[in-house]
Amino acid sequence: MAITYTSGEQVEVYRFSIPATILIPLTAVFLQAWLPLRFHFFTIFDLPLLVVIGFATARRNPLAGLFTGAAIGILQDALTGNPIGLYGISKTVVGFGASSLGIKIDVENAGARFLLTILFYVVHEVVYFFIARVLVGLHMAWSWPHEIGSGVANAALGILIYTLLDRVKQRT
Amino acid sequence: MDVLGRYRNLIVLVGVLFAQVLGLAVQVRRTTDNEPTRLIRIWAVGAITPLEKTLNWVQTASGGIWHNYFYLRGVRAENRELKQEIEQMRLEQARISQDADQARRLQALLGFKEQFISQTMAAQVIGSSGSELSRAVYLDKGEKNGIKPDMAVITKDGIVGKVLRVYRSTALVLLIDDQTSGVGSILDKSRLQGILRGTSSGDVVLEKVMSDETVPVGEQVLTSGGDGIFPKGLAVGTVTQVSMGSDLFLNIHVRPSADLNRLEEVLVITKVDERQTEPDKAAPVRAADILAERLPTVPPKPEIPAGAAAKSSAMPTNGVAKPGAVTNPPAAPSGTVPSKASIGAATPGISVTKPSIAVNSAAAKSVASATPNSGTAKPATGTSLNPAATKPTTGATPNSAATKSASGAASYPAATKPVSNAMQNPAATKPPTAAATNPAAAKTGTTNPTASVVKKATPPNATAANPTAGTTPPAGAPKKPAVKPTSITGPGIAPKAQPAPQDPPQ
Repeated sequence: MAITYTSGEQVEVYRFSIPATILIPLTAVFLQAWLPLRFHFFTIFDLPLLVVIGFATARRNPLAGLFTGAAIGILQDALTGNPIGLYGISKTVVGFGASSLGIKIDVENAGARFLLTILFYVVHEVVYFFIARVLVGLHMAWSWPHEIGSGVANAALGILIYTLLDRVKQRT
Repeated sequence: MDVLGRYRNLIVLVGVLFAQVLGLAVQVRRTTDNEPTRLIRIWAVGAITPLEKTLNWVQTASGGIWHNYFYLRGVRAENRELKQEIEQMRLEQARISQDADQARRLQALLGFKEQFISQTMAAQVIGSSGSELSRAVYLDKGEKNGIKPDMAVITKDGIVGKVLRVYRSTALVLLIDDQTSGVGSILDKSRLQGILRGTSSGDVVLEKVMSDETVPVGEQVLTSGGDGIFPKGLAVGTVTQVSMGSDLFLNIHVRPSADLNRLEEVLVITKVDERQTEPDKAAPVRAADILAERLPTVPPKPEIPAGAAAKSSAMPTNGVAKPGAVTNPPAAPSGTVPSKASIGAATPGISVTKPSIAVNSAAAKSVASATPNSGTAKPATGTSLNPAATKPTTGATPNSAATKSASGAASYPAATKPVSNAMQNPAATKPPTAAATNPAAAKTGTTNPTASVVKKATPPNATAANPTAGTTPPAGAPKKPAVKPTSITGPGIAPKAQPAPQDPPQ
């Protein structure tokens, strides 16, 4: 795995074991499908998105990020009633963007992670909204307060998720 | 090559995005009706739903232990309350069943076809789509259980959604609050029709109701049956907010009857029959029947003398219509309280009459003169349980099988307009029946408590078997024949108000 430098400072690049690479996204998708039945408020969270951001910022490899995002997004799409690709495209963009940004800025501290998650949550929703309206023709309404609120909630949960991911990531 | 190497990441990104957009375009263009389920969906569902089923089973089992063994405080008191509630509901059901029966008779007359939910399957909700933007849930039943796409899913409270995709042992149900769903709906009172849709915010709105209509908040919304998925008349929700929408339509917000956020068990309608409406031939349960069941049984009475029986049996030949003669079952045993079945079966043939209208005092007195012990009926009993009439009308309405109730509606609110009876039994025209299904009156020793012919009271030619006879009395018939149900025999009628000397003391 290549090591990238920013401003002359070495940036840590991490990898995840194969079981973690498979099981963590699966668990995230499973919990995302199961928890809202018991706790309806959980629908505002997007656990698979947080996993995509976590993986992408840790690996710092745009290709790995976009493929991880595409795979998790398509898996999530497969469980919905909508056409496959809505989440796939959105999370591909997020995976690519998060890993690209992870090369350039420090994403190890909680504040940066918090802001990064809000940013990518909004990007994710914008891409999804655009595709759903323009390509699929779904009638969707956009609400900034709702999106910002959900973004903050996801960012708060993201801090916890990233801390858990830190425990399973391995330095290359 | 340098360019490719330099922009490798971007090129791959564009390639991956392009492939997915292409896939999306193909999916959107295809009709989903005949399209087989994609492998990727099968794999994803196959990977996720077993976990959900397992977790659900564990949760149900642990919850069952708690509820079945530990959480039993107050169960007896609750049981007592529920029993009382059941009693109340039985009475209410009796009243409603009369209305339903009347509606069925009317529909049968008009040749309506009715949809019946003939088969349902209980299923448990094991998972969701996990997205605010796609409101769908997974059931633990699938193709191997007989579930098919487009089957309606309901709960006891109201409709839930329709089956969108079916897998081997699971099924995806699109909820009614999803923005891609659509349910043909009708407002309960105003009978305005519209389409129920979900919104991206999770609300449910009724669309396509013109803005010049008035829709009150709180009005019930039912399925209209127009979508071909949900049978007509199922509860959908309640109107919570009405405002002017875009174009010419109202913006009607509806709160679903079923709690879509807390779904656990649902029913999948696996079979809906459509058949010609037929009047209910099964014995309906009436409030009077329920009460009659609780009355003490009267010992058998001796047979009515042959002469009297012959007299009563001769009535039809004289042209007096026997209400209920067509549909009534065989007479109940002499001298017994009519059973629920016998009374109920007689009901369709009895003139169900409008309550609270003029009472023929003579008839009322006559009915009132019979009591179980003395052979004269108590007025209260005789009238309250008797929806049948005492006063023959002169046939003002086309349907006037029209006998008017003495006061039957007082405690029998289901007693309704005579139109229903005319539908069922056109021959039953103007029989001034008295206490036709009156259990108390039946105790007085009628040979056939379900009979309803009044001897003497009605001139033989006044209520001829001709269905039109009820509307226009034949020439020579008295304008208002005095109703004196002094001798009551035959099917579907209360007994004659006469002493019952053989009655043992109660």
